[in-house]
Amino acid sequence: MDFNDTAEEAAYRAQVRAWLEANAPRSVATSTDPLEDSTDLKAARAWQRKKAEAGYACITWPKAWGGGGGASWQSVIFGQEEAKFPNPGNPFAIGLGMCVPTVMTAGNDADKERFVKPAVLGEEIWCQLFSEPSGGSDAAAARTRAVLDGDTWTINGQKVWTSGAHYSDFGLLLARTDPDVPKHKGLTMFWIDMKDPAVEVRPIHQMSGASNFNEVYFTDLKIKDSQRVGGVGEGWRVALITLMNERLSVGGGGSGSGHARVLKLASDISTLAGPAAKDAGLREKIADWFVQAEGLKYTTFRTMTALSRGQTPGPESSIGKVVSASLMQDMANTALELEDQFGIISDPAMAPLAAAFQSALMGAPGMRIAGGTDEILRNIIAERVLGLPQDVRLDKVVAFKDIPSGR
Amino acid sequence: MRWPEQGRNDARRRHPATVRRLTRGQSFPAAKARYPVAKDIRQEDAFPMDFDFSDDQKFLKTEARKFLDARCPVGVVRGVLDNSGKSYDEGLWKAVAEQGWLGAAIPEEFGGLGLGGIDLCAIAEELGRALAPIPFSSTVYFLAEALMLAGSQAQKARWLPKIAAGEVIGCFATTERPGTLTDAQVQARVENGRLTGVKIPVTDGDVADLAVVLARESGRTGIYLVELAGAGVERETLQTLDPTRGVARLTFTGAAAERLGEAGEGLSLAEAVLNRAAVLLAFEQVGGADRALEMAKAYALERYAFGRQIGSYQAIKHKLADIYIKNELARSNAYFGAWALDAGAGELPVAAAAARVAACEAFWFAAKENIQTHGGMGFTWDVDCHLFYRRAQQLGLVAGGAKAWKERLVSQLERRNAA
Repeated sequence: MDFNDTAEEAAYRAQVRAWLEANAPRSVATSTDPLEDSTDLKAARAWQRKKAEAGYACITWPKAWGGGGGASWQSVIFGQEEAKFPNPGNPFAIGLGMCVPTVMTAGNDADKERFVKPAVLGEEIWCQLFSEPSGGSDAAAARTRAVLDGDTWTINGQKVWTSGAHYSDFGLLLARTDPDVPKHKGLTMFWIDMKDPAVEVRPIHQMSGASNFNEVYFTDLKIKDSQRVGGVGEGWRVALITLMNERLSVGGGGSGSGHARVLKLASDISTLAGPAAKDAGLREKIADWFVQAEGLKYTTFRTMTALSRGQTPGPESSIGKVVSASLMQDMANTALELEDQFGIISDPAMAPLAAAFQSALMGAPGMRIAGGTDEILRNIIAERVLGLPQDVRLDKVVAFKDIPSGR
Repeated sequence: MRWPEQGRNDARRRHPATVRRLTRGQSFPAAKARYPVAKDIRQEDAFPMDFDFSDDQKFLKTEARKFLDARCPVGVVRGVLDNSGKSYDEGLWKAVAEQGWLGAAIPEEFGGLGLGGIDLCAIAEELGRALAPIPFSSTVYFLAEALMLAGSQAQKARWLPKIAAGEVIGCFATTERPGTLTDAQVQARVENGRLTGVKIPVTDGDVADLAVVLARESGRTGIYLVELAGAGVERETLQTLDPTRGVARLTFTGAAAERLGEAGEGLSLAEAVLNRAAVLLAFEQVGGADRALEMAKAYALERYAFGRQIGSYQAIKHKLADIYIKNELARSNAYFGAWALDAGAGELPVAAAAARVAACEAFWFAAKENIQTHGGMGFTWDVDCHLFYRRAQQLGLVAGGAKAWKERLVSQLERRNAA
């Protein structure tokens, strides 16, 4: 938002820019698949450490915790400027955005002392172990069992869709400690060592061809009771802290430049009615996409405004992914239609724009599901923003073990 | 929303003269209590990333909502709908004039409040929510904006104070036949200061005192001021989709016409006026769309079917979530439009087109799905859904339809990408 920086903002932006010019990585391995994990761990760790040492990692966290001790508007400006440089990937986002803040809120002092700083410095990476085969959208349906004997818990079960599990050092685990009470009351949160031999990580081969999600299996994993985050049976309350942090993290503007790429593609393509770029139907679609992408961008500005005023962002930030995922899918499909028979080619060496639209087409279904499906997000908007009633629930008052399930 | 520090905006900052204006006639009682509290402008400016209404603007909005809740309940709108001889509510018009809203963005030297474009946007949103049946947009977004953009000092001095005082109703007469307004469509002619031709449809043309007319003189288009009480003007009220706003056919036969701006600038001036009006209308649309969503939500909570509130079914929940999404996208685009409007930014053509496209889509969608949510009751005359459906169409077409604005938007983007 160069157009209306105050003097203070402009000064900070200039300072950030100068620092990035001097320090940011110049080139990194990139991928055109938005779900492809192109993280170069070594480069990412080096960049994270550099930022942390300069106070630019976790800008709003207290300096005592390794943060920058700054304001949220500074964090926003840094993010805007950093986005202009090649990005080595951010394997720390889940840890620093969700897991570590949960430990900071609900964990014991020893854990805070132990985990916060190394995470900020990029030395340790976290993953979030919530979703299970029995519940993707329904995270409170977790069945992974934790059984206490003395001061040791034994964990058995399986998690799924775990981003970054294959390179994570620690995981935040939601487990079932009491199946005899209603589902939300029988859960407990723990941290676990992902390198323990009782933890097995298996990559999931995605339809896009990439693998950045995993299945995670626990077979008689033994952990200490001191690894509990929050009270026994309070796991769902703790999980909500994690999920709230997810909602508070400010996302980017979405497929902002997509319309320009379609226009560029259309300028090189002819249709039966003349140049594709002059096709009225296409132009209408481009206008619609532009308006959606801009709408998301300015909605983010509104969220930033609330943050900078020290207010909780309004519910408008909840529309982001539900709009951008379908926008990306629709745009990709239209672009391939434009390419006509050529559109089937996905080889980046041959397809227009290095097969960007082919990759987007294959990644888009995942975007519409990951981090809350389109349907769940619409439920969230309807229930939490508009105040409509929850669906009739069959699972809230009976013991977890008595809830009907498909398998 | 904060605008860049530019000279032209400085005069709009609230200061004692503005306070006097705002409290004129005790019509803004709470303003008196609030504005004199020396508001530290620097403190306001210290908010970084300011992309929202300021506290003062929010206050103005709240006061406007209270005022319209009291003075423009739906009965006032129906009073115009159900009376074919009435095309606006005169009592509401007078009250709005007393509030100072007609001159909100008119400089103080011409009798206005000298506030900014964003303040006017705040008022527009509330008028849109209330479906206010008054010629506000024609008078303020079209006539006053055209005068401020292209009028001579004498023209401004003659008309702007009268507009601010509510003594003159305006209209914007451009189109002559179905289809997008183009140069070729303009057949009305001016010769020796006399206008001849037909303009249809002209919103508020049936009650306006002063028209801004797009016409051709020696082959070049220009915009002209025409006093409609003068000789050579005939008007015929038309039947329209939204009877809560008046629309006329204006037939000019040698009517006295005075040019605004330069000859040959007609279409570009009309476009400049339309860009500004599009942003302001977008706020009316966002206001209307939000209220349609509130209606749909209220009904979904109160109506039971199959033993449950219909709002507990995902078919309804997801529909309302989709309305919310479109409304928020429209609001965000409108905010950027408001910034561009107020700052006189070069981004205005793109911002205005985006604001208009998003707002047309949002209000249309909210209005039609509000009826759907109400089921059979929504299709009755007595339930208010159709008022929003009608107004959505009126606002969606009055400054040119979304289809034309999409084309303008993409042309602008092509120009921008090429640059």
